[in-house]
Amino acid sequence: MEFFYDFGKTLLTTLRDVLPIIFLIVGFQLLVLRQPIPHLKRLIIGGIYVVIGLALFLVGLEKALFPLGNIMATQLSDPDFIYGADKVITQADWKAYGWVYLFGAMIGFATTIAEPSLIAVAFKASQVSVGTISQWGLRITVACGVAFGISLGTFRIVTGTPLYLYILVGYLIVIVQTIFTPKSIIALAYDSGGVTTSTVTVPLVASLGLGLSATVPGRNPALDGFGLIAFASLFPIIAVMGYAQLTHWYSKRKTKNMEKT
Amino acid sequence: MILSIILKKIRQAFFDLLPIILVIAFFQIAVLKQPLPQMGEVLFGTLLVVAGLTLFVMGLEMGLFPIGESMAHALARKGSLFWLLFFAFALGFSTTVAEPALIAVAWEAAEIAGKGGLIDPGKESLNQYAFWLRISVAFSVGLAILIGVLRILKGWPIHYLIISGYILVMLMTVIAPKEILGIAYDAGGVTTSTITVPLVAALGVGLASSIKGRNPLVDGFGLIAFASLLPMIFVMGYGLIIFG
Repeated sequence: MEFFYDFGKTLLTTLRDVLPIIFLIVGFQLLVLRQPIPHLKRLIIGGIYVVIGLALFLVGLEKALFPLGNIMATQLSDPDFIYGADKVITQADWKAYGWVYLFGAMIGFATTIAEPSLIAVAFKASQVSVGTISQWGLRITVACGVAFGISLGTFRIVTGTPLYLYILVGYLIVIVQTIFTPKSIIALAYDSGGVTTSTVTVPLVASLGLGLSATVPGRNPALDGFGLIAFASLFPIIAVMGYAQLTHWYSKRKTKNMEKT
Repeated sequence: MILSIILKKIRQAFFDLLPIILVIAFFQIAVLKQPLPQMGEVLFGTLLVVAGLTLFVMGLEMGLFPIGESMAHALARKGSLFWLLFFAFALGFSTTVAEPALIAVAWEAAEIAGKGGLIDPGKESLNQYAFWLRISVAFSVGLAILIGVLRILKGWPIHYLIISGYILVMLMTVIAPKEILGIAYDAGGVTTSTITVPLVAALGVGLASSIKGRNPLVDGFGLIAFASLLPMIFVMGYGLIIFG
């Protein structure tokens, strides 16, 4: 019974998200384009699948994965677990938080693989590039970027170094990489920064950040809890461009070798 | 035939979720050394997630992608720049303004600003602050999609626009009040919802493939990048104006 209540509530929220899009598209078809929509029935069925699917997905996450993830984030950042019980800690020791960095990296990787927006963009990219960009290749590269980003972000919270320094250096790296990356991949690389932080990653990562900044001595959740999402959208850009540069360089070397022989 | 397609999709969805299951199981058993609490609930939830992802991906291919592309083709054929740009702006603005994640972040930002003594901590002024923060983010997303569409039409190289945006963010970081920075950076991430992303991606690719001389891969992507960059600039700008 409770399940149906939860499901109904999530379904309504998802519908409310879709409502402006439906209004916009119907309004444009009727008033501006003034022509019937092709394959209308198929589109409507597809739309219903998307809304129901997303609602089921969110209810399932809330039932199964979010509570577990949240409990783990608090347990792993608990000073009793990190330093052993009965010790009074006044200064955080960044070397003691190994499990937290590893958890950040792994949960970042895993949630990114399951992120529906990234699945959508990877699907489009592989379709448009006629298969030269593989769906799994792109998704794994992006997930590695998020993993590194979250891990570095938890390190930042533990050490308490200022957020903007990391962001500024990250942007500098992106700018320099842009100059050397094959032009065809640049737009996709920039896009992959925006799609990683969505329905699965944001809630888990936000609770990790807030939990960590609440338990590390000397950190303030209001100031230090933010910023993990920014890390998770910056590093995938670097990862995708880096991967493109590597494969570009590799294929260039291969053709050079072939010319020699 | 249909059954085998559905089975294939379910298998794909299962593999999409496998990493999360493995990570949680590993940490629970090997590191925290505790049994999984509420095993039945967790299994049921996981089944729902697999079913939901399966349906979502099927609906994506049947509904969201085709509608995005057919809108792009129809608008390109109509040839009216005004209506195309209007559509782009309206799509960005309307999907962002009521986004629950954004409402939550805006309210949190208002509370922090109220506690920090930057604005009057009364309920009225907090509400107003959160409301205008939301409007400025939604406006910036609308403008971002509009600029992105204009870029596809004109064929401007994306890196000049994005890099100037980054440089602007870096400059504003130096002068903007520290209290708004974390929220500004995160605002870029929360604006693009799971339904907007496929629609916007299909719009970009559809436009680029229906305009002569544009390449869908080089020119079709990038709309989402604008939608995550511009909110940062606008939120920092909002902070600068409000806090002076």
